[in-house]
Amino acid sequence: MSEDELMDQCVVIDADRRDELGHPMGYRELNERIREAVSKGCKNVVLNNVLGQRYIGSTIGVARIEIHGTPGNDLGAFLNGATIEVFGNAQDVTGNTMNAGRIIVHGNAWDITGLAARGGTILIRDDAGYRVGINMKEYEDTKPSLIIGGSVRDYLGEYMAGGSILVLGTGVTEGQSPIGLYIGAGIHGGRLFIRGKVESYQLGAGATITDIAEDDIEELESMISEYELAFGKKIERDWSKFVKIAPQDSRPFKGYYDKTLI
Amino acid sequence: MDVNLPEKYRPIIDAERCIKCRKCIRECSFGALRFEDDRVKYNGGCVSCLRCVTICPTQAIAVREVDPQFTPHPVFDEKVRRSIIAQANSGGVLLTSCGTDKEYMDIFSHLLLDAAQVTNPSIDPLREPVETRTYLGRRTGRLPMRDGKIDIEADMPPIISMDMPLMIGHISLGSVSYNTQKALFSAAKDLNIIAGSGEGGLHKDFYGFSDWVCSEVASGRFGVTADYLKRVSSVEIKIGQGAKPGHGGHLPGEKVSELISEARMIPKGTDALSPYPHHDIYSIEDLQQLISVLKESTEYKVPVGVKIAAVHNVGAIASGVVRAGADFITVDGLRGGTGSAPRIIRDHAGMPIEIAIATVDQRLQEEGLRNKVTLCAGGGIRSSADMIKAIALGADVVMVYTAALVAMGCKVCQQCHQGICAWGIATQRDELTKRLDPDIATQRVTNLFRAWNEELREVIGAMGIDSVESLVGNRDRLRYIGPNHRIAEIIGVKHSGEGWG
Ligand code: SF4
Ligand code: SF4
Repeated sequence: MSEDELMDQCVVIDADRRDELGHPMGYRELNERIREAVSKGCKNVVLNNVLGQRYIGSTIGVARIEIHGTPGNDLGAFLNGATIEVFGNAQDVTGNTMNAGRIIVHGNAWDITGLAARGGTILIRDDAGYRVGINMKEYEDTKPSLIIGGSVRDYLGEYMAGGSILVLGTGVTEGQSPIGLYIGAGIHGGRLFIRGKVESYQLGAGATITDIAEDDIEELESMISEYELAFGKKIERDWSKFVKIAPQDSRPFKGYYDKTLI
Repeated sequence: MDVNLPEKYRPIIDAERCIKCRKCIRECSFGALRFEDDRVKYNGGCVSCLRCVTICPTQAIAVREVDPQFTPHPVFDEKVRRSIIAQANSGGVLLTSCGTDKEYMDIFSHLLLDAAQVTNPSIDPLREPVETRTYLGRRTGRLPMRDGKIDIEADMPPIISMDMPLMIGHISLGSVSYNTQKALFSAAKDLNIIAGSGEGGLHKDFYGFSDWVCSEVASGRFGVTADYLKRVSSVEIKIGQGAKPGHGGHLPGEKVSELISEARMIPKGTDALSPYPHHDIYSIEDLQQLISVLKESTEYKVPVGVKIAAVHNVGAIASGVVRAGADFITVDGLRGGTGSAPRIIRDHAGMPIEIAIATVDQRLQEEGLRNKVTLCAGGGIRSSADMIKAIALGADVVMVYTAALVAMGCKVCQQCHQGICAWGIATQRDELTKRLDPDIATQRVTNLFRAWNEELREVIGAMGIDSVESLVGNRDRLRYIGPNHRIAEIIGVKHSGEGWG
């Protein structure tokens, strides 16, 4: 395809375009314009000067959305195959209940990133907030992965039922842990890999530290390469520095209930 | 160390009537019967689901409640002692299903309906129009005008029309079988009403019913995909359930069959856990975000509602829900059903639906919000009388759950959580699910709700009202006759004997 044809497929939207009252574009209009462009077959949407507009890219299937500025909460909710690349920070609930696709954040993403995701990949260059990767799950060959370059806060991978989370701990001071407390509380599927220090008191109920197996290394290798490719960084492969957290049991409620006829 | 508990029920087989066909033995999914010494014998474990009683060709079986084995005591009653013994055996949290079996005050039965006499003529619904059409969605309260004319092309919020003020509540595929959900959906289609999908996605075989399905977005987000959201008449965010307010969902791995795994999009045999809260909703502002993202995702084409359990502060919460942008709000009362819930929560937490409807209706009116939303109420609606009283208390639409299952065969035996329902309803086992013929079940549910709607028309006609909309929140057409006049005050209903003046 020639450069021109490629450009034809590309729509550029200035999210800071002001109306006559001086108000910037609201999320409804912005999202409508994205949807319209995508429904017309546009494969590349570039958003400039994004200033907190929410719900960008919900349910979008095939397209690439490039965001310059700061998108608001619920970026890429129910995402269904699109790639969203943010040159800036993302806020809360990025990739809410995402089904497929990729979200790449050249910066930080804050709370509840990857909530209930069941497919696709979320790559965060730097840090993420609290309750990240809650209730991720996997089904058949769709399996979500969430890769965080820096550190995260408490409740990472809570209620996790599937998928993989990788925390690379870049920039964390020697001897400090890149994760917070209650990690994997209620986990009953999936796995977390943490590069750096993890102590048992950081684990939530139902989570346990296990050995890294042969096929884990394969998966780690592929997740790390993806991170390196996305952000042009180099990550050292010293598997002895990685800790794996997995569920103690896939049926945490077994034996918890009494079904006697009262 | 386990201490045995005395039996609660016992099948009695009349040897003279029995023709030894052994049907009852095959049909008992609880394994309570066997054939030995040329007769049907009882193994124990009867839960009184009455499958054998119904199926026996000669009506040779009766299930009897065994006389209480415990010494009579009004405080340490049988249930209290059974619970203690069971928990001393197991150390477990008691699990149960269906609505509460505690004798909570049923306020519907303490309410009397009004009728027209002399000064306001009644209407014969068989000969004059009595309208029961009901709408689900947000009202703007005004007509859009352009150049002094009604602007028929103006953007209006989406609204759904139903033929009766009744919806089939959210019953998930998982808690019930494929055939059961199919029957519920096709009854909704035949009746032109809405049925809830329950948490668990919409199975692709049911896409044809999507115009009559309200799909649920619960904390586990099972099966919630872009595709699912584009295929529904309406979306409901489930915050809570009347039978287990504040509790999450837990579908045990045994119930996650191939079919359920497909709809919920989780591996077969794994526990499907729904977190207690939605972890992206810790405030009304957060709720507003989920409502908005769902509206974005459905391109503003369908109403988005929120279901909450009736809890003590329900009025204020409902007000927040409406302000957060919900197009309809569903309040689920204390007596609501469940496919599985801890007994402690089912029996002790929440608020009766009658009080919840009246307080929410009142609160929304006071805040000028009531006319903006559709108020749906469920959890304890067993009959057309309950439905009519719920509407008069302030609901636009009632949600019916258990009664629809009873129409299909359910006997309210409270064993759904065992997953071996002998009626083929609350089970995923092939040999049991095939017992429910979806066509017959559809017909029975359709019959039931048609009859209720006729009764509704009869009653409002008798009140001299020609449209159910005029009954909504018309508490002056109710009178209280129960033991506690404070309840009457709270729900804004006069006592029987107090006139209009
Ligand atoms: S179903 Fe009735 S007739 Fe047949 S074996 Fe059982 S009790 Fe006898
Ligand atoms: S659905 Fe089945 S198991 Fe549940 S109460 Fe009804 S008859 Fe019993």
